[in-house]
Amino acid sequence: MRGLGLLPALLMLPALVVHADDQTALIRMVRQDCGSCHGMTLKGGLGTPLTPQALSEKPVESLIATILYGRPGTAMPGWKSMLSASDAQWIVSHLQEGFPEERR
Amino acid sequence: MLTRLVGLLFVFLAGCAQVPLRGTGDLGLIIERASGHVTLVNTSSRQPYARIGGLGDLSHASAVFSRDARYAFIFGRDGGLTKVDLLEARIVKRVMQSGNAIGGSISQDGRIVVAQNYTPGGIKAFDSETLELLAEVPAEYAPGSFSKVVGLADVPGNQFAYALFEGGEIWVSDFTDPKRPVTKRYPAGLQPYDGLVTPDGRHYLAGLFGEDGIALLDLWQPEKGSRKILEKYGRGEEKLPVFKMPHLRGWSVAAGRAWLPAVGRHEVLIADAATWKETGRVAVKGQPVFVMASPDGRQIWVNFAIPDNGWVQVIDTLTGKVVQTLQPGKAVLHMEFTPRGEAVWVSARDDNRVVIYDTKTFQTLGGFDVDAPSGIFFTSRAARIGF
Ligand code: HEC
Repeated sequence: MRGLGLLPALLMLPALVVHADDQTALIRMVRQDCGSCHGMTLKGGLGTPLTPQALSEKPVESLIATILYGRPGTAMPGWKSMLSASDAQWIVSHLQEGFPEERR
Repeated sequence: MLTRLVGLLFVFLAGCAQVPLRGTGDLGLIIERASGHVTLVNTSSRQPYARIGGLGDLSHASAVFSRDARYAFIFGRDGGLTKVDLLEARIVKRVMQSGNAIGGSISQDGRIVVAQNYTPGGIKAFDSETLELLAEVPAEYAPGSFSKVVGLADVPGNQFAYALFEGGEIWVSDFTDPKRPVTKRYPAGLQPYDGLVTPDGRHYLAGLFGEDGIALLDLWQPEKGSRKILEKYGRGEEKLPVFKMPHLRGWSVAAGRAWLPAVGRHEVLIADAATWKETGRVAVKGQPVFVMASPDGRQIWVNFAIPDNGWVQVIDTLTGKVVQTLQPGKAVLHMEFTPRGEAVWVSARDDNRVVIYDTKTFQTLGGFDVDAPSGIFFTSRAARIGF
């Protein structure tokens, strides 16, 4: 998945398309709401850093699973009630590359 | 006299920092989470009066006030500690004190400002006048293992109480000699996430994330050790996901009882503040984040974690019932009562707005636009224990 250029890859899988509006909302959510534990800069807080250095070597599938189902026994909750699998996939691939800033 | 006035006026107009004489009892500040600014506000006029930039990463930032309530000390997430003059509306001093901070507190005598840090885990004490480093207490709970520090609060005797997230302990550091703090350790439980001191300064409570319950230390009789209260409040039921950690602070005590957020349950827990036994619980709309008593203790205002963060509920402490459900705006992050509680200010981050409510009628009294507002801090905190 990585290095393919996300958009063409997603276009091949119509169910996984994340629209531009949704992307803006996802960026905001990650920076603000994930940021409440991971820090708005994603350099870590109560939660571990979500920087490319921390995540780029980790398997995509397991990071997606962490986002959707959480990590029992830690403070990381599962977000499946608020995020779809394609949202989580979009977030992971962007976290691994360096997450976009919110446009202000 | 006239020449002096004209002189003063001239200085004022010349853009120097001189301002007409005034007190600070009705002033405060609002953290603009995303832009590294603070907006200075006046709770009498219900308006902002200045905006200051250059404070770094202010996500999860908090503020405490000097004992003369003229200066604010702002602790940023990036480890920045900034001293702001509320009257001259300017930064007096700024230091980078660590890599990753989460808040701070000021000593009983007002001379020591202490920051609590995640990385490297521990606390650092600064001279409140100069922001010079006085001492450090690394949160090394086992050889080579450092913990994130949470729930830092000042307690009488120039001491600070705090909890260790990974270490599972409550620590009390005595700064009688500011350069040589003496620290005592008490067991807390699994993953303390925040702490509070009761308004009388007697009890320190550390909320636990890793287990149901709250650790309690009687600071008047610390030799008796800590104990656990509200144990097993989850009754063995599965926890709901916690999308944001609740916050604790000393305003949780009202009408002789402590009102505390449950973790992983959509409830506010009530404990008798003399026996610390559970006396009830109130079902609310979501995972509570702030559970704040009004200054007179008659009302408890509660906000919630995402996805319920557009709501605020008000509990009447006499009946223990929810009496109001409000929708102040998108992503309500914080609330602050005016010094005597006739109004409460609420920040709605995603509406870029602060809304002011009348606590008697629940009508809005006003509001204004602020860029991604989070914490709201009024100078009335300067005179309180545990802040
Ligand atoms: C309530 C606090 C909290 C919130 C909010 C939170 N996280 Fe986490 N997260 C954690 C903690 C704590 C960990 C570390 C878990 C562990 O120790 O394994 C973690 C771990 C992770 C990991 C795994 C990192 C690794 O190195 O393996 C990812 C990915 C992650 N979070 C993504 C997110 C995203 C995306 C969001 C928002 C949708 C989010 N988190 C919101 C607390 C949180």
